[in-house]
Amino acid sequence: MFARGLKRKCVGHEEDVEGALAGLKTVSSYSLQRQSLLDMSLVKLQLCHMLVEPNLCRSVLIANTVRQIQEEMTQDGTWRAVAPQAAGRAPLDRLVSTEILCRAAWEQEGACPAPGLGDGHTQGPVSDLCPVTSAQAPRHPQSSVWEMDGPRENRGSFHKSLDQIFETLETKNPSCMEELFSDVDSPYYDLDTVLTGMMGGARPGPCEGLEGLAPATPGPSSSCKSDLGELDHVVEILVET
Amino acid sequence: MRPTAVKSNRSLCLGHHRCWERVLGLLTRLGGASPLMHQPPPASCSSSCECARVGVRVSALAPAAAPCPAPRQLPCPRLPEPPSRGTSTLIPARLGPWCSPTGSPAPLSCETGCGEGSWILVCRLLVPTQVSLLSMEEDIDTRKINNSFLRDHSYATEADIISTVEFNHTGELLATGDKGGRVVIFQREQESKNQVHRRGEYNVYSTFQSHEPEFDYLKSLEIEEKINKIRWLPQQNAAYFLLSTNDKTVKLWKVSERDKRPEGYNLKDEEGRLRDPATITTLRVPVLRPMDLMVEATPRRVFANAHTYHINSISVNSDYETYMSADDLRINLWNFEITNQSFNIVDIKPANMEELTEVITAAEFHPHHCNTFVYSSSKGTIRLCDMRASALCDRHTKFFEEPEDPSNRSFFSEIISSISDVKFSHSGRYIMTRDYLTVKVWDLNMENRPIETYQVHDYLRSKLCSLYENDCIFDKFECVWNGSDSVIMTGSYNNFFRMFDRNTKRDVTLEASRENSKPRAILKPRKVCVGGKRRKDEISVDSLDFSKKILHTAWHPSENIIAVAATNNLYIFQDKVN
Repeated sequence: MFARGLKRKCVGHEEDVEGALAGLKTVSSYSLQRQSLLDMSLVKLQLCHMLVEPNLCRSVLIANTVRQIQEEMTQDGTWRAVAPQAAGRAPLDRLVSTEILCRAAWEQEGACPAPGLGDGHTQGPVSDLCPVTSAQAPRHPQSSVWEMDGPRENRGSFHKSLDQIFETLETKNPSCMEELFSDVDSPYYDLDTVLTGMMGGARPGPCEGLEGLAPATPGPSSSCKSDLGELDHVVEILVET
Repeated sequence: MRPTAVKSNRSLCLGHHRCWERVLGLLTRLGGASPLMHQPPPASCSSSCECARVGVRVSALAPAAAPCPAPRQLPCPRLPEPPSRGTSTLIPARLGPWCSPTGSPAPLSCETGCGEGSWILVCRLLVPTQVSLLSMEEDIDTRKINNSFLRDHSYATEADIISTVEFNHTGELLATGDKGGRVVIFQREQESKNQVHRRGEYNVYSTFQSHEPEFDYLKSLEIEEKINKIRWLPQQNAAYFLLSTNDKTVKLWKVSERDKRPEGYNLKDEEGRLRDPATITTLRVPVLRPMDLMVEATPRRVFANAHTYHINSISVNSDYETYMSADDLRINLWNFEITNQSFNIVDIKPANMEELTEVITAAEFHPHHCNTFVYSSSKGTIRLCDMRASALCDRHTKFFEEPEDPSNRSFFSEIISSISDVKFSHSGRYIMTRDYLTVKVWDLNMENRPIETYQVHDYLRSKLCSLYENDCIFDKFECVWNGSDSVIMTGSYNNFFRMFDRNTKRDVTLEASRENSKPRAILKPRKVCVGGKRRKDEISVDSLDFSKKILHTAWHPSENIIAVAATNNLYIFQDKVN
């Protein structure tokens, strides 16, 4: 279904004009399908069973699929990667260091994305009909500010969520151990809170501390609490579309 | 399990009991893998002997206060060495009655009558649930349980879903593990002149709770008790040994029979109550008296706290002294005698977890060379490693990968290339891998492509998006060789399973379903119609039930008997021989 270059046959008779339109429709439907696949993948990554450790193989495969889509979208130019240091950087370089870049961009912005950017997301595929030829010039000439912010915000949040998935899988710094215990104290002994309140946000990943006798230090930093809000927001956006 | 006194005749056996400490020092000096010191398992999880509660009377185990005389060694049922591969003593597997009289293969057709070489159902076994176990405490004929009592009652719960199936090395025993952490061992009915037709049936031999659900308080996550794999050890005395593992812990279980018990203790009466020493006037020597056969399973070793990620494979080495356990990112080598140390021999965890793109999906030791093993990855690659090369086998000796077919490329290419199972052939010359749509046979001497590729259910290629949506694309199917490495088998959806004859290049699709549940019923070959006209008895792709998947199958080591696990049902089929 998503084989590259595969065009759907137009059923029935068509004329040249319709053929051209159909060609455009095919491109946009492919982009729509690709976008929906991307959305589906991100939802899959985020909605894991929180009580049991998620299947790492599955997460890795889904994440690779997401990366693949992002690569392709970047090459197509539909992935408008706007970042402060983007000028002059090759798209592939930008892609390789996407997580770092996005994190840097995110920290630079330092604010929650506005809710109104949900529209920017739905407008994305429509604007794909006028593909940007050069990835070096990511700014679409007719794009408005909100449209610019839309994909960027989405990209940031997409990558942020990708970050979060993998961040939870690695050991945190021991410096956050105090934060760990301060978070854990109150909800820990309340099973309900453990099951509901700690779900989604405070999910520590597999710990390295089992090697050797040092106590394990995985766990959420306090920033995860605000990230939880971002996560909700991203899910809202995805669900709306 | 004591190490054998006879020195192992394997060369450079890392796991030999006496060498273990020596190797320890060697590896540390090399700066290689240092043995991981693990916390010993908490004292609370010590052995609780679970005796089989089905079919045999359970006698309360008296605490071992009085010295027990050593149980008499039961005559060891040594079976003759399996015939070497390639001889004609093995019954060649027949795949189906489709040969036209001239001998040239005819297209598979369901209208063909059932001739010789068909597969018949031997028995369908339901794993007894806890509920039914509690209600049956008296003597019950095990055959009744399997053939009549549970057949028509749906006591099955999700805990009964079978998660692994494995024959032992003689084929006499068949072990299943389920999602509820239980292991059920079936034993083959012995031949008897009176009931010849019963031969080949398997009945419950032992049931025990292998793993319990745990809660990892540090991560606030549950550790499932589901049994991921069971591997038998070759039999070396009267008892049977098997390894069972869940996501985190491997356990070595000893299954032994007891048909005599000591009677006539001085300090205890027959019920085990302590006697008042003042009432004892004479002393007697306890004697062994016959009792009803009791099969007891005891955990002999617990190998815990060595895996951060989920264990997906265990494999017993051909030296019978070591084994390996593989999780998503690491493989550890264990000695059966040592539970608080293991060697890490493969580690593919990247320094930065964000760069993680590949995980280990399966691993297995070579059947004859105790230094060689393979492991497969989620990117469709197989690596063969030699433990003699270095302590940490991160650099493979051989790398098997098939170049991608550019015409078939899609966003799902990588996912469907992920290998879910890897198995050495019995000869040790080939490996078989299972990915989502195909089974491939590789020659160890050729790394750039497989020598054989079999399509299991290529009609799903156009449905990959839907299968991705409902997560079916992540199903991990297993694959098995028959005893002579001439036929391979794997499962599919709709309770279908497929067999491929490597010599004749013929294949067959069979179904394990309740409708064919009459004993000795002959299986009819099934066919999936891809498009266009659907013939009678064919099933269309859209009608397939994707919730009925056959992930686990097993083939008897020397005979044409197969075990197929369909959810909570275990089907045993046999090649019908006239």
